[in-house]
Amino acid sequence: MSSEKEHRVSRRQFLTYTLTGVGGFMAAGIALPLTRFALDPALEGGDEQEMVAVASVDELTEEPQRFDYSFEQEDAWHTSEVTQTAWLYLDGDEVVALSPVCTHLGCTVDWDSNEDFPNQFFCPCHGGRFEKDGVNVAGTPPTRPLDVYEMEVRDGTVYLGRPISRD
Amino acid sequence: MLQKIYDWVDERLDITPMWRDIADHEVPEHVNPAHHFSAFVYCFGGLTFFTVVIQILSGMFLTMYYVPDIINAYESVYYLQNEVTFGVIVRGMHHWGASLVIVMMFLHTLRVFFTGSYKKPRELNWVVGVLMFFVILGLGFTGYLLPWDMKAYFATVVGLEIAESVPVVGDFTKTLLAGGEIVGAQTLARFFAIHVFFLPGALLGLLGAHFYMIRKQGISGPL
Repeated sequence: MSSEKEHRVSRRQFLTYTLTGVGGFMAAGIALPLTRFALDPALEGGDEQEMVAVASVDELTEEPQRFDYSFEQEDAWHTSEVTQTAWLYLDGDEVVALSPVCTHLGCTVDWDSNEDFPNQFFCPCHGGRFEKDGVNVAGTPPTRPLDVYEMEVRDGTVYLGRPISRD
Repeated sequence: MLQKIYDWVDERLDITPMWRDIADHEVPEHVNPAHHFSAFVYCFGGLTFFTVVIQILSGMFLTMYYVPDIINAYESVYYLQNEVTFGVIVRGMHHWGASLVIVMMFLHTLRVFFTGSYKKPRELNWVVGVLMFFVILGLGFTGYLLPWDMKAYFATVVGLEIAESVPVVGDFTKTLLAGGEIVGAQTLARFFAIHVFFLPGALLGLLGAHFYMIRKQGISGPL
């Protein structure tokens, strides 16, 4: 320790420092690309999703209706056609587009499907319920309203994008 | 902090003798490049091991994206190389490292040969080394098919033709390796299995024996 006080570094210390330094540099050079490579899906943002034509405004009523639509989904090296569902209704002149994914644990809700709970979205998995506007019913498992789709109405046609959480 | 953790474990498990036995041994003067620079030839064994470690690491990470399936294999390799950040580097490590392992292994073999280190009592270690030579060639051969591009496909076609040319057992060997009559879905699946499970397992076992023997017998004397 006295050698440290005099700012002198012993041969052994010097070797320890340089070997640890060089070894650490080499190890980092290997570990860094590997780690970043593995973390890529978590660090890269999701792909843009194109707006898809789903329905014509003329078809919509005050009552939520189920619309299934398909689009090309890119999943890394795999592209496939997937089908998605939206519940659409008119609130005055406004089009409302709700996601059918229950905000509790991701099951699929259905409109007006349970006799005991008319005019509500009902989730069969754990009895989660939502009002017509998608707001969760207090006392049921879901903790937030149904997601709404990113939406655009062009020339009387409803285009939907990705579901957006409204917390 | 680190010292404290080490002491805590050491107090209970007495780990110091274990790593001492592995790491703390004398390097004879004739293999120390600090004494005779030409002694760097004794580094090739360690360098072979180092590149093998890099191969294992980069290979483990590549399997996070690679799919051993004739429809998706090429696409997944293309994706991991061109879309995933540092994919070029990780696949590059595995690609170039594969050649480097062969080169290092060859230089190591030359050094052992020309220093006569294979002689009694180290004959068994030479035998194990030669077995590893074949395992590593097998890793190179099976790994070459995995990207499933034209080069990979036809290299394997040729390789299997060579296997077929062996008298008596040739046909059997070819069918077994290809997993059928053609180079196709089954070939890719089994080459993948051989490349990532069977041969690395064999290699690790042989490496253990190689290292055990060199520690047991010590490094061979000066020329």
